[in-house]
Amino acid sequence: MSIRDKVIAIIAEQAVLEPSDVTETSTLEDLGIDSLGLVESIFAIEEEFDISIPFNANEPSQSDFDITNVGAIIAGIEKLVAEQS
Amino acid sequence: MKRVVITGAGTINALGQSVSATLEAMREGRCGIGPLEFRDVERLAIQIGGQVRGFEAEGRFNRQQMSLYDRFTQFTLTAAAEAIGQAGISFHGDLSARSGVVLGTSGGGMTTLDENYRSVYEDGKNRVHPFVVPKLMNNAAASHVSMEYNLKGPSFTVATACASSNHAMGLAFQMIRSGAAPVMITGGSESMLCFGGVKAWEGLRVMSKDACRPFSANRNGMVQGEGAAVFVFEEYDHARKRGAEILAEVVGFAMTSDASDIVMPSKQGAARAMAGALADAGLNGDEVGYINAHGTGTAANDKTECAAVADVFGPHADNLMISSTKSMHGHLIGGTGAVELLACIMALRDGVIAPTIGYEEPDPECALDVVPNVAREAQVDVVLSNAFAFGGLNAVLALRRA
Repeated sequence: MSIRDKVIAIIAEQAVLEPSDVTETSTLEDLGIDSLGLVESIFAIEEEFDISIPFNANEPSQSDFDITNVGAIIAGIEKLVAEQS
Repeated sequence: MKRVVITGAGTINALGQSVSATLEAMREGRCGIGPLEFRDVERLAIQIGGQVRGFEAEGRFNRQQMSLYDRFTQFTLTAAAEAIGQAGISFHGDLSARSGVVLGTSGGGMTTLDENYRSVYEDGKNRVHPFVVPKLMNNAAASHVSMEYNLKGPSFTVATACASSNHAMGLAFQMIRSGAAPVMITGGSESMLCFGGVKAWEGLRVMSKDACRPFSANRNGMVQGEGAAVFVFEEYDHARKRGAEILAEVVGFAMTSDASDIVMPSKQGAARAMAGALADAGLNGDEVGYINAHGTGTAANDKTECAAVADVFGPHADNLMISSTKSMHGHLIGGTGAVELLACIMALRDGVIAPTIGYEEPDPECALDVVPNVAREAQVDVVLSNAFAFGGLNAVLALRRA
């Protein structure tokens, strides 16, 4: 499974949706994922890829991690995974 | 001052997963204590407890709830659903704004703490689930009850070790009596039966390896239990107006502190709490027919408690009944007074006194009618429920037949 598919699967599970219902242009708000759901998703992604995501729930917009939409999240994860290896 | 009545009760504990199942077990003198089952139990010196078995939290709560509910919260919500269902009450408008939740617990989310310590210390993981804090905090259960039932008034958690539930219920009683709240959801919960929880208790050397035998000369310590009991305390006129069934009336409460020792009980502190509850209720000692004892089955507690009863009640101490249901459900620590209040309600409502099981040899230092081994039919009008905590914090409730 690609990084993209794995991230979408994690976000879909959090949103209680099918992966096919999650697109790269979906925002977390569109998917009904609130702030608690977001930190739980980030935890699940960190566990999946064994990476550390620089995200501070106090100032999401200041974090060095873009959560504008699913596509931005995937791009950020791909970068972190690449840096790690 | 307002009168305070109980209009709903719910529980889950080693004897049963409802009030009816629990009271049936108490009537039959059944023992809910058995071999503990959890990870690393073989590394414990103490391997028995009153564990809740066959509880399928996964079927009861959804995935999101499971990620936020420690076992002590799961127990609380299970008991609260039964209690509030029985009371047949829902909270809207002014009633919602003024009613609240006050619950007792000692360890809070101890299982969550234990599992996550294991994960970071033993397994060397460097990342924990984001909800560890909201899951383990002592007020998690009270907060989830408030959210589930729309209770927006005074809500908080009381932690006074083994007296937590009695302190919580006493405060709920006082808030309704004073007019501060029309309805309070109250009681307590505990879930310390995990490796770290029992290991910590082992350290004190007060635990029995085989059974809890309160007041028996051959008693050799306490046995831990787990679970919850939750009640709906309601202002009398409010309950009457809506035609609610009244299970019992709460008539008095007192709390004292020994101010002497962090673990050893004090006769004076216990006696002052019982006498205080009687005075608060405007009762004479000879009106009390039954006392649900703290009765832990330790050498120190049981003889001190009996001596305190003798001091408070004088010759009437030989006429009243006193039993410890911890012999059946174990010591639920912060939840114990709540489960034990069920035995008080059974005494008042059904005229059945729950026994002290495991009683084998009379102890001259506990020479009271401890209702040994077999439940007894007796009509009682007034009962007390004792709780005497580590730290010398005592809380006694007085109840009257509805």
